[in-house]
Amino acid sequence: MFAPLIRWLDERIHLDDLIAPFKHKTVPGHRLSYWYFFGGITLFLFIIQVLTGILLLLYYRPGANEAFESVQYIMTRVQFGWLIRSIHAWSANLMIFTAFVHMFSVLFLKAYRKPRELTWVTGVILLVLVMGFGFSGYLLPWNTLAFFATKVGTEIAGQVPIIGKPMMIFLRGGEEVTGATLTRFFGFHVAVLPGLVVVLIAIHLFLVQRQGMSVPPKVEAEWTANPSARREMKFFPNFMLREMMAWYVAMGVLGALAAIFPWNLGVKADPFVSAPAGIKPEWYFLFMFQTLKMIPSKVWIVDGEVLGVLGCSLAGLLWLLLPFFESDKASRAKVWITGLSIFALVYVIGMSVYGYVAN
Amino acid sequence: MATLRIKFRPLLAASFAGLAGFILLASCLGYGQAVNSCLDCHSAQPGRLEVTPEKFSQDIHAQKGLTCVSCHGGDATSYDPDQAMSRKAGWKGKIDRRQIPQLCGSCHSNPAYIRQFDPSLRTDQLDQYHTSVHGKRLAAGDAKVAVCIDCHSVHDIRPPSDPRSTVNPVNVAKTCSRCHSDAAYMKQYGIPTDQFAKYNISVHHDAMVVRGDLSAPTCTTCHGNHGAAPPGVDKVQNVCANCHAFQAQMYEKSTHYKAFQAASLPGCVVCHSNHGIHLPSDAMLSTGPGGVCMRCHAPGDKCDRARVAILSNLTQLDGAIKDADQALHLAESSGMEVSEARLAQDQARDSLTKARVTIHTFQPALVDQDVQAGMKIAAANLKAGKDAMVERNHRRIGLGICFIAIAMMLIGLWLYIRKLES
Repeated sequence: MFAPLIRWLDERIHLDDLIAPFKHKTVPGHRLSYWYFFGGITLFLFIIQVLTGILLLLYYRPGANEAFESVQYIMTRVQFGWLIRSIHAWSANLMIFTAFVHMFSVLFLKAYRKPRELTWVTGVILLVLVMGFGFSGYLLPWNTLAFFATKVGTEIAGQVPIIGKPMMIFLRGGEEVTGATLTRFFGFHVAVLPGLVVVLIAIHLFLVQRQGMSVPPKVEAEWTANPSARREMKFFPNFMLREMMAWYVAMGVLGALAAIFPWNLGVKADPFVSAPAGIKPEWYFLFMFQTLKMIPSKVWIVDGEVLGVLGCSLAGLLWLLLPFFESDKASRAKVWITGLSIFALVYVIGMSVYGYVAN
Repeated sequence: MATLRIKFRPLLAASFAGLAGFILLASCLGYGQAVNSCLDCHSAQPGRLEVTPEKFSQDIHAQKGLTCVSCHGGDATSYDPDQAMSRKAGWKGKIDRRQIPQLCGSCHSNPAYIRQFDPSLRTDQLDQYHTSVHGKRLAAGDAKVAVCIDCHSVHDIRPPSDPRSTVNPVNVAKTCSRCHSDAAYMKQYGIPTDQFAKYNISVHHDAMVVRGDLSAPTCTTCHGNHGAAPPGVDKVQNVCANCHAFQAQMYEKSTHYKAFQAASLPGCVVCHSNHGIHLPSDAMLSTGPGGVCMRCHAPGDKCDRARVAILSNLTQLDGAIKDADQALHLAESSGMEVSEARLAQDQARDSLTKARVTIHTFQPALVDQDVQAGMKIAAANLKAGKDAMVERNHRRIGLGICFIAIAMMLIGLWLYIRKLES
C-alpha cells in the first residue's frame, strides 16, 4: 500500500541511504540484553510527555489566578482531559524511574567506559534535566503541595554560596514564590527544558548509534573464550520489534495507573496559609531532601544546609565525571567504582524509603 | 605651615576613661531615677502591705508615669516616715473601699485628663457603676460588693488587652466567680452561685477558651461590666441579639414573642437556658432527651404538629447532605475529581444553617423554603458523586478493553518475531 509512496520518496531523498545504518546495525544478544530496553522505554515515555503536554497546552492557562482552575477544567469538563493529565503526570514519574533504572543498568553493565564517556555524560545531564522537568511541572497546577514544595526547593537552591541568592530570585522571579514564579516555571517547562532535552537526546542517540551497544565485560570475556557463543540480532526489525513490545507494556502500565489512580488535583495554593505539616518533595528528590534534613544545622563553623547543598553538588559533579576515573587497564579504580555504584544505589533507595516513612 | 601636635597625657586619659565608665555604670544602675520611698519600705512589708517595685512596674499606671502618691498622697521623696506619710503632705493612707470608685473616677471620669494617655479610653465607668447593682448597693452602705480593685486588682493593674489581666475576656468569668461562686460570701444576697460552673460547660466558654475566640460572650457581654446588672426578663432577646441578630429578628416575628412577654418569660432563656447554654441541636425539637418544646406544649396540638414538620424537614436535609458527602467521599477516594461538588456542599450546609435560624419563627412553611433550597443543592451533589462513580466504572471498562488490545498486539508482535527468526 505504501510502496508507491516509499518509491516516490526514495527517488528524491534516497531513503535507502538514510536507513542503511539501521539495517546494518546489530544488537548483542545475551542474558542481560533486556536492560537495553530501558533507554528506549524512557524515550517512549518522553514522546508521550511531549504529546500529552501539547494537548494540555490547549487548555492550560499559566497564572496564579487561572492555573488551578484551568487544570480543574481539564480534569472535569474537557473530554478525556482527566486521562491526558493523569497520563502526563504518571508518565513523568515513570520516565524518571526508567531513567534511573537505565542509568544504574549502564553503570553495573560497565557501559559507560571508553569510548562511551560522552554518552554517559549526556545521559547524566539528561537525567538532571528530566528532574528539572519534574520540579518545574509540579508547580504548574498551582496547588498547596506544589506551592510549598517549590518554596522549599528554591530555598535549598538559595543556600548555594555566592550564587545561591541570585539564583533563587531568578528561579522565583522575585523574593517569594508568586504568580511570577509560575509563569517562569511554565516557560522553563514548555520551552527551555524541551529544547535542551531534544538536543541532548539527539546527541545521546547519535552516540549510541555511532558506537553501538556495549557488551558487559563478563559476557565479552565469555565470548572471547568461546567465539561460537557470540550472538547478535539486527536492530531493525528484530530488536525494534522487541522494543515495541516493551513500549506496549509501558503503555499498559501507564493506562492502568492513569485509570485506577487518576492524578490528584489537590487544593488551590494559598500563600497566606502555613505549610502543611510534614511536607515532602516528590519521590525522586526525597533522597537528597532526607540527606539535607539529617545534616546538623552547624557542622563545625559551616552552616549545615550549605554543606549539604555543596556536598550534593560535588557528588553530582563526580557522578557526571565517573567514566573518566576508570582506565582500560585492570586497576583498583574499577573495584572502587563498582563499590561506589552499589553504595549509591543502596543510598538512593534507602534514603528515599527513610524519607518516605520519616515524620 | 603650622603643625598640630598633640601630646599624650596618660593621667588625663585615665581620668576621662574613669568618668566615662562611671557615667555608663550609673546609667546602667538607674542612678538618677526618681526616689520612691513608698516602694522601698513597702517591698519589705509583710502580707497585704507588701508592694514590690517589680509588681508595681507591671501596673499600667506606673508605666504611664503615675506613682503611689497619685492615689495615696504623701511625700514619696522623703525617707522619714513621719514626713512621707504626713496628713500635711496629703497622705490618705489605705483607701476606704467605699471611696475607691470615687478615687478612680477622679481621673477616669475626666476626659481632658484621660485624653493625654489614651484618647479612645471611655470615661463613663463611674456613671455606669452608679447604675449597676454593685454601685447601688455600695451607695446603700453594702461594702461587700465589688468595687474597681476587686475586678481590676490593685498595684498591678494591667490593661484588659493583656492576657494576664483579670479583666481580659478569657479571665473575666473567673474574676466574677471569685465572689459569685462563693456560696458563703453570696449567702445574704439569695442569688445562685452555680453560674461559673454552668458557664464552664457552655458553648460560649468553649468558643472563648477552647477555640480562642475573644469575641465570644463572657459575663460582661450580657451583664455589662461597670454597669453590671442582670438583663431584665423582657430584654433578654435584646442582649442575645447583639450577636444572634437573625435569630432575634425571627423570634420577634413569632407567636412565642408575645406569648412569652405576656407570661413574663425570659425569651431565649426559656429554651436555651442562660449560663449553661449548650450547642443547639435538632434534638431540641424532639420529644426525647434534650427536647424543649414539650415542656410547654401538649402532644398533638397545633404547635406540636408544627414542631414535627420542622424537625422532619431539618432531619431530611441533614440526611441528604450526609448522603451527598458520603457519595462524594467515595468518588474522591476512587481518585475522581469532585472538588466543585465538594464546594457546593457548603452551600447546602449554609441552607441547613439558615433553616435552623428560621425555626425561631416557628413557622414550618418558612423553614421549608430554606430546606428545599438546600435539598436541591444536596441532590445535585449526590448526583455528581454518583455520576463520578459511573464514570469511574466506565474508565475501568475502557482500561480492560485497552488491556485486551495491548495483549493482542503483544501476542501479534511475539508471533511475528518468532516467524521472522525461525
